[in-house]
Amino acid sequence: MNRPATSHGTTVLYSAHGEEAKPCADALQDVPIEALAVKRSVFRRLASRFSVLGLIGLTIIVFWLGVAFIGPLVAPYKGGAVTSTEIFGACSAAHLLGTDYLGRDMLSRVLYGTQYTVGLALASAVLASCIGTFIGLVAAVSGRWVDEILSRLFDALISIPSKVLALVIIAAFGSSVPMLIMVAALAYIPGAFRISRSLAVNLMTLEYVQVARARGERLLYIARVEVLPNMIHPMLADFGLRFVFIVLLLSGLSFLGLGVQPPDADWGSLVRENIGGLSEGAPAVLMPAVAIATLTVGVNLLIDSLRRHGARANGGGR
Amino acid sequence: MKVHAQRLIAARLGLALLTLLIVSAIVFGLTGLLPGDAAQQALGQAATPEQVAALRHQFGLDQPALQRYFEWLAHVVTGNFGTSLSNSMPVSQLIATRLPNSLMLAGLTTLVSVPVALLIGILSAMFRGSLLDRTLNVLTLSTVAVPEFLIATIAVLIFAVKLRWLPALSYLSEVTSFGALVRIYAMPVTTLCCVIVAQMARMTRAAVLDQLNAPYVEMARLKGASPARIVLRHVLPNTIGPIANAIALSLSYLFGGVVIVESIFNYPGLASLMVDAVTNRDMPLVQGCVMVFCSAYLVLVLIADMCQIISNPRLRQR
Repeated sequence: MNRPATSHGTTVLYSAHGEEAKPCADALQDVPIEALAVKRSVFRRLASRFSVLGLIGLTIIVFWLGVAFIGPLVAPYKGGAVTSTEIFGACSAAHLLGTDYLGRDMLSRVLYGTQYTVGLALASAVLASCIGTFIGLVAAVSGRWVDEILSRLFDALISIPSKVLALVIIAAFGSSVPMLIMVAALAYIPGAFRISRSLAVNLMTLEYVQVARARGERLLYIARVEVLPNMIHPMLADFGLRFVFIVLLLSGLSFLGLGVQPPDADWGSLVRENIGGLSEGAPAVLMPAVAIATLTVGVNLLIDSLRRHGARANGGGR
Repeated sequence: MKVHAQRLIAARLGLALLTLLIVSAIVFGLTGLLPGDAAQQALGQAATPEQVAALRHQFGLDQPALQRYFEWLAHVVTGNFGTSLSNSMPVSQLIATRLPNSLMLAGLTTLVSVPVALLIGILSAMFRGSLLDRTLNVLTLSTVAVPEFLIATIAVLIFAVKLRWLPALSYLSEVTSFGALVRIYAMPVTTLCCVIVAQMARMTRAAVLDQLNAPYVEMARLKGASPARIVLRHVLPNTIGPIANAIALSLSYLFGGVVIVESIFNYPGLASLMVDAVTNRDMPLVQGCVMVFCSAYLVLVLIADMCQIISNPRLRQR
């Protein structure tokens, strides 16, 4: 909590703040909210105290992120090129993952699809987490009425199941890449808002925030300097979960034919396109589905191991 | 004597009604903002402007938005959702034919998934850190991250295509005996269970663990109570509230899951009705379906809240 002295605070109050901050931060760790368990120091200890499963998760995530960036460059064929006469071909040297329902190379299709699945989900998750965190912070810092109105509004939004909400919006506005990002972000802002608000409300009751208030700091300053830094780590873990949900939502929509539209294809649309090969057990229908599963399981493993270590470092006695 | 608890329940009831009102405004706003014109849609490209204008007048689309909302709301309160644009049948009648099927699916899924999830959650909390706990943890982590269409397609591949034990599509007219019922519901119910059991089990485990760390459990252990007795007699009564919440949350996820599952198995339920309505842009039908989904969610949450209030002896004595 080292920060430049402000012109507002008297010396007495300020020194009190300096001493209070540390014990308070520790007291905060005892608050039995799972999200709070991810501790400040976790990232410093990552290298030494990572569980095997967490490492596996991290490796998978880094792999798919890399593929999203360089996938089209290393793909053996152009994304839409028909390269084989064989439909739903098995794995071979020329086509490592077989061929799809038009005889296109499946490996290239999956590599090209990665940027849609990972990119869209990343963009929506960043949007959802940032907007949710921001509004949650506003609700917690502002007065009772603002908080009440925002909370009711998001409670209402959260009671519409995310897939149903996405369907309604797509029915109204059609399906395009920017629209999909908006839809997924909107569907998961309420969740991020709830967590961010409950974290911020807890933080607002701590002494160092009260001292800042007594010092006459503006709300913006309290939110930005006193509250936000203490929320970052739990919100990062929550960001990972949101990413998983969004990947599942978007590929579900694509699977229903309402997501990424042909000729472009994310992993969900690849499953849909090739569903006809299911009865032959073609790799074309299994591979994209397996790709989705590895990505989401990877993120989950990483978050889980972060949480566990956070809890253990906390002395939670688990 | 129970005035306090009753007042709490009344407050929750009022809150749920308020939420439903906000939801109706959001849903009507989204579908009212529709860029596509329902009258134009219904008549097709060849319609003359006069025909379109006449139909717009018939649908009431030429009225101001706010007036339309209140008229719509007044009708919805009396159970009248309007007329479906695509087949001119009353929406409430369409919903009434599909709702029992969806309730049946949801009910069977609940019957199967809740005991399984509770068992997994309680067992892994009792034997925390053991091989059983870690295996169950990785297993639930993976199933929660796998898209439901992957589970459904693999299930179809194995049981319908390879083994020919079960039908790939659900024809409800063939339900004549208990055996037929099991055969038809086996795959949809199993798929939905995979999706929600993991989530429910994880939350149950967290709730039970939370209580196992409490001082009264240490007391029970010191006086020599067996682990089974500690969990069944001491811990479980205290976790009814959180577990009811976990069940309600997971079951509400069911509403999203059925969208995919019903369209894969061609199950004649409410969600597939809604997907059809979305592709046809049949807005009165979409509105009706969303309102039913949200009401169901709110009822679930309300029941969970009541369990929490009723199971709390502190509220009973006041």
